[in-house]
Amino acid sequence: MVKCILEIQNLSVEVSGKRILNNVNLQIPEGEVHVLFGPNGSGKSSLIMALLGFPAYKIVSGRIIFKGIDITSLPTNERVKMGISVAFQNPPVIRGVKLGRILSYLMPDENKIGELLVKVKFPQSFLERDINLGFSGGEIKKSEILQVLAQNGDFIVLDEPDSGVDVENLRILGTIINDALHGRSALIITHLGVILQYINANMAHVLMNGTIVCSGSPVKILGQILNEGYAWCEKCPQVKTMRCEL
Amino acid sequence: MSTSKDDALRAINKPAAYGPDLDVNQYSRQPKNWEPCPISSLPKEILERILEVGVLPERENRAASFFQIDHSVIFRAVQSLFEDKVEIMSAREALEKYDWLKDYWWKIVSVDTDKYTALAELAWDQGYFIRIFEDQKVTMPLQACLFISTDNLNQNVHNIIIAEPGSEAQIITGCTLHSSVQRGLHVGITEFYVKEDAKLTFTMIHNWAQNFDSRPRSGALIEDNGVFISNYMCFKPLKSLQMYPVAYCRGVNARARFNTIIYGTGTSYIDVGSKIVLQNEGCRGEIISRAIATDEAQIYARGFLQGEHGNTKAHLECRGLILSDKAIIYAVPELMAKVQGAELSHEAAVGKIAEEQVQYLMARGFSRSEAEALIVRGFMDVSIFGLPKELEREIQRMIDITTERAL
Ligand SMILES: Nc1ncnc2c1ncn2[C@@H]1O[C@H](COP(=O)(O)OP(=O)(O)OP(=O)(O)O)[C@@H](O)[C@H]1O
Ligand SMILES: [Mg+2]
Repeated sequence: MVKCILEIQNLSVEVSGKRILNNVNLQIPEGEVHVLFGPNGSGKSSLIMALLGFPAYKIVSGRIIFKGIDITSLPTNERVKMGISVAFQNPPVIRGVKLGRILSYLMPDENKIGELLVKVKFPQSFLERDINLGFSGGEIKKSEILQVLAQNGDFIVLDEPDSGVDVENLRILGTIINDALHGRSALIITHLGVILQYINANMAHVLMNGTIVCSGSPVKILGQILNEGYAWCEKCPQVKTMRCEL
Repeated sequence: MSTSKDDALRAINKPAAYGPDLDVNQYSRQPKNWEPCPISSLPKEILERILEVGVLPERENRAASFFQIDHSVIFRAVQSLFEDKVEIMSAREALEKYDWLKDYWWKIVSVDTDKYTALAELAWDQGYFIRIFEDQKVTMPLQACLFISTDNLNQNVHNIIIAEPGSEAQIITGCTLHSSVQRGLHVGITEFYVKEDAKLTFTMIHNWAQNFDSRPRSGALIEDNGVFISNYMCFKPLKSLQMYPVAYCRGVNARARFNTIIYGTGTSYIDVGSKIVLQNEGCRGEIISRAIATDEAQIYARGFLQGEHGNTKAHLECRGLILSDKAIIYAVPELMAKVQGAELSHEAAVGKIAEEQVQYLMARGFSRSEAEALIVRGFMDVSIFGLPKELEREIQRMIDITTERAL
């Protein structure tokens, strides 16, 4: 059996005293791309925050094992250095901190930054922009992908990379993401699954009310959700088979 | 008619509207004597200090220089390239040379404002006079340094800056002291005259000491289409600093802008405001201030926009960052419109470093302290000030030096 790059065991998380994730179990084998579906407010982004160890997302029980190491109590930057790269859904504005400053920290080679800019079709002047200040919805997606590429981790997490992106940019981002996933593992959150036109995903999971209620083939699950809505997931059987080992 | 002296005498015990009231008699009026000399031949210690306030020892990179230590003017010269564009001299020299200068003396700042303006009249210790000639564009910055070398000294300077019609210049003024100086009082009167179509960028950097008091008093008068930009920075601890410079946009389309960055450390008591009065058609004003308070510093960040004419517009943006539980920032933005058509607005925000921002940067691999340093530095980003690129780089360099040490 292949190794797990990520294994989340019985994870329960609270934010300001409110339970947001309940006994979440998730395994992602090395080299696989998994998709996470779920209604608004079901806890998808929170799962990412907990994976990164943001202190507001208090782990009340469970463990997170990454590359065989228990990272449940590691600070965020140490987890990230182990190879987790996340593109956020709603990244904060930081006045005076330029996109270029972050990119050059992640990727000291200026030429490589230039190449990445060309890839996402960002003008050079974007490097001088305060991070996320006045960025359009699509520009946020691009900037996040850009940073994930520069981070060069081997486990990529994309929180709704396809929401609010126009057709042209979706093609650009889809292609870039597909390239980036080559030889890497990933967890991708999407509502409508449009990004799946560009990438091959191995497995999908559905998160409802803070719990993973079903797992299975991405195409099949997406089809059912689009046809019947999330109500379908409530009756779908939970997949319990082990797909990888620690 | 009463003379300035009479007015000053009446105001000598008048406390300032803001800031702790000082007993001006507690300071010494006995300066060290300094003979004139080139800046570069001053003691190494002094040269190191002045670099931190933007004053360069070499003449090549400044169009003109003025240097005062305690009560003595030790240097003043215009680079030969700029001799027909600008003049620089001590205020006393200028008053002797130009009879008309008295029409500019105490005309924007009133001598009886408070005990500090009164002191500057009654115990006046030089200061500088700078005039940029009509239609002359001075491409290189001018510099002035007011230095204190004697502990517990009281230094009272009165500066006059005149930008004649159509002229353009940038002036950097650095005020600092010798490392042996712990206490003292600096009173600086500065009156700016920005005439028709002139543009003046004035950058003042203060570096004082733990037990030092500073009371600058500045005013600017801006004529038709004139532009006045004032940048003020203070990064080092001091006992107390209080100032509230005002710009009167008197001419049609006159513009004024105040940019302020304060970094309050130790037990500093800092009360800094900026005021813009819009007095004519098309006037525009902008006040941008950034205050950072750490340790037990107290910062009052004030701003006042006054609209006295229709079709005028001004905005005030005041942001404060608190880095310690014992530090305090009071942001006091005020707007006063006296007529219709004066469009005044403000935004003020004071808070701690946003945890969400730290988390985001940590998710990019920065450690917590690296992330915080990056955010603080970003908070003091001078690129929003709209300065000439070269000046912007110089100021950024000074901020980097200071924050590197502070963080
Ligand atoms: N920092 C927080 N403070 C308070 N509540 C939070 C916080 N983070 C998440 N929540 C709450 O937790 C629940 C799950 O939010 P989360 O953002 O994880 O949902 P999501 O599945 O990503 O939804 P969407 O599809 O809309 O992005 C929501 O009810 C949300 O309001
Ligand atoms: Mg979400």
